[in-house]
Amino acid sequence: MDLDHSPADEAFRAEARAWLAAHVPPTPLPSLETEEGFAAHRAWEAELAADRWSVVSWPAEYGGRGVGLLKWLVFEEEYYAAGAPGRVSQNGISLLAPTLFDHGTEEQRARILPPMASGEVIWAQAWSEPEAGSDLASLRSRAVRTDGGWLLSGQKTWSSRAAFADRAFGLFRSEPDTPKPHQGLTYAMFDLRAPGVTVRPIGRLDGKPAFAELFLDEVFVPDEDVIGEPGQGWRVAMSTAGNERGLTLRSPGRFLAAADRLVDLWREHGDPADTALRDRVADAVIGARAYQLFTYAHASRFLQGEPLGPESSLNKVFWSEYDIALHETALDLLGAEGELADTDWSEGYVFSLAGPVYAGTNEIQRDIIAERLLGLPKGRR
Amino acid sequence: MRFLLDDEQQAFAHSLDAMLTAADTPSVIRSWSAGAPTTGRALWRRIADAGVFALAVPEAYEGVGPLPVELAVAFVELGRHAVPGPLVETVAAAVLLNEPEAAKRLLPALASGEVIATVAPEGSYALDGDVATVLLAVDGEELRLAPGHGPVRTSLDPARRLTLLDRGGELLARNPPLPRALTWARLATAAQALGVGLALLDTTVAYVKQRVQFGVPIGSFQALKHQLADAKIALEFARPLVFGAALSMDPADVAAAKVTASEAAYATARTALQLHGAIGYTAEYDLSLWLTKARALRTAWGSPGECRALVLSGGLSGGGRRS
Repeated sequence: MDLDHSPADEAFRAEARAWLAAHVPPTPLPSLETEEGFAAHRAWEAELAADRWSVVSWPAEYGGRGVGLLKWLVFEEEYYAAGAPGRVSQNGISLLAPTLFDHGTEEQRARILPPMASGEVIWAQAWSEPEAGSDLASLRSRAVRTDGGWLLSGQKTWSSRAAFADRAFGLFRSEPDTPKPHQGLTYAMFDLRAPGVTVRPIGRLDGKPAFAELFLDEVFVPDEDVIGEPGQGWRVAMSTAGNERGLTLRSPGRFLAAADRLVDLWREHGDPADTALRDRVADAVIGARAYQLFTYAHASRFLQGEPLGPESSLNKVFWSEYDIALHETALDLLGAEGELADTDWSEGYVFSLAGPVYAGTNEIQRDIIAERLLGLPKGRR
Repeated sequence: MRFLLDDEQQAFAHSLDAMLTAADTPSVIRSWSAGAPTTGRALWRRIADAGVFALAVPEAYEGVGPLPVELAVAFVELGRHAVPGPLVETVAAAVLLNEPEAAKRLLPALASGEVIATVAPEGSYALDGDVATVLLAVDGEELRLAPGHGPVRTSLDPARRLTLLDRGGELLARNPPLPRALTWARLATAAQALGVGLALLDTTVAYVKQRVQFGVPIGSFQALKHQLADAKIALEFARPLVFGAALSMDPADVAAAKVTASEAAYATARTALQLHGAIGYTAEYDLSLWLTKARALRTAWGSPGECRALVLSGGLSGGGRRS
């Protein structure tokens, strides 16, 4: 048992640190949930990609460096410690790309991944529908066969990044009368500016258009934009759902850096007599370390060939609740200044509030933990 | 980087678990609590024979240590079976006895289980002073062999018999390494608490699977499932802190592990009590042996507040951080 990085990993860390020190914007970019901020974050993706730092774990042919999980974790630690911008390409990189690696064709990977890596094409997810949230398999949007492809119709909602993104991916019902709801679904990618698509941005809690409703009216999708076999979409989507909940959506580096900033804030603004607040700051420090060590243990098991299973549900509940607690502590520390909306802490706070809801609500995750990790009997939700 | 127990460490855990399962610890605990430590003493020797105490004793004094990771492995199992006695205190004693003369005299017997040691910093209660044969008092800058102990006071955990040590006695050493002993004691307590919590979770999961109300196992109800899921999350994130702390033995890392593991165990105890219903609230049901220990370990060898203060003053280890 050890926690020592290899000399090669440390060399990689040094290289990443040096590049970030020379390139990270000196002042924070505007919120990526605004048009101006989205464009600035897209430009940052291009800058990362120019030196092959945007998708380090991908093979070189798609713009990556082909590094393994441990180097990826090291990169993320350095990335957030350097105060680098949030990743506007996150949905594509952590949700769609793993699906393409597992289920896509060579042609799809070659066509889709490089522009994703460079930020030229930014992806939104289109999972939820008005009547299909946690019960995703009850979705009703349709894919109807047509010459050379499919016609998509229906309504998607809570589509993160869709207000400004270029393309989206989601599941569509291609066989209407299957015995079970998760059968007969097809995984399709579509252009958000294609004829028949209407995007209606939705303001999140602070009014910024962080997500959107999508209305689809016979939107043409060619066969080459279907991933996996038609009708097998559920299996295709779920095989990589663990990525969103677990390892690749929220790296420990992000929280280690946030906890460091919180400690700085505490030293600057904290009242030493306020031990209640001091304890919450300590918990943020401890939680970041716990998440880092949990992840290293998880990664070690993965590297010796064990699959990433329902354990990713433990991650998801932990980081989403941790993230809120950390930001609440920061806002409380700031006192009267804490209610100002135009600070990084406030932006992070509003962002964190969505964590327990998206990527499978924490209630769904707790069901998974109880049933698949603890072996409790299934019951009514 | 391989942050996993190796095969040998896992085999050690399994063999201890098997030995302690066969030892019927609930009856040992009940006798110990009643002031009849004969079976407890016998179990102590078997734990020593398994090599547990030797892990804290240097090779020069007939130990195999110091091996903090293996010690943490062992203490998780000791906690899982709620083994009574001054286990943590014996580890602290092994660290405090670092003067060659005192070490030569006491450490081999401590490693072999021939003596049971307990330790108390000045003014604190010594655990099981009535059973221990070596009573160590850390008094100011002196380590003394206490000549005796006061009356036994009962802990909320009846298996923990608390005594104040008498003042005076033979001077064993000056300036003993108290901070280091505290770190070792905290690590052992953290691991023990983790084991207590893991046992409480297992027991409660088994119970809610077989307890039927409204015609179905109560474990199928979402309100119960989510409480158990939260206990699982708390314990699974405490576990890596315990082993990470064992690797670094940094006082702040150990304090983080101690507060997290003992709070996770305590939260699990509260859930275990609630989900067992009235039977869980009885002394005669064995669950009580773990429930009460989880409470006691929260404050043993460092309260939550002390540990959190140490985390902020010391700063934790961690990958790419700059501070």
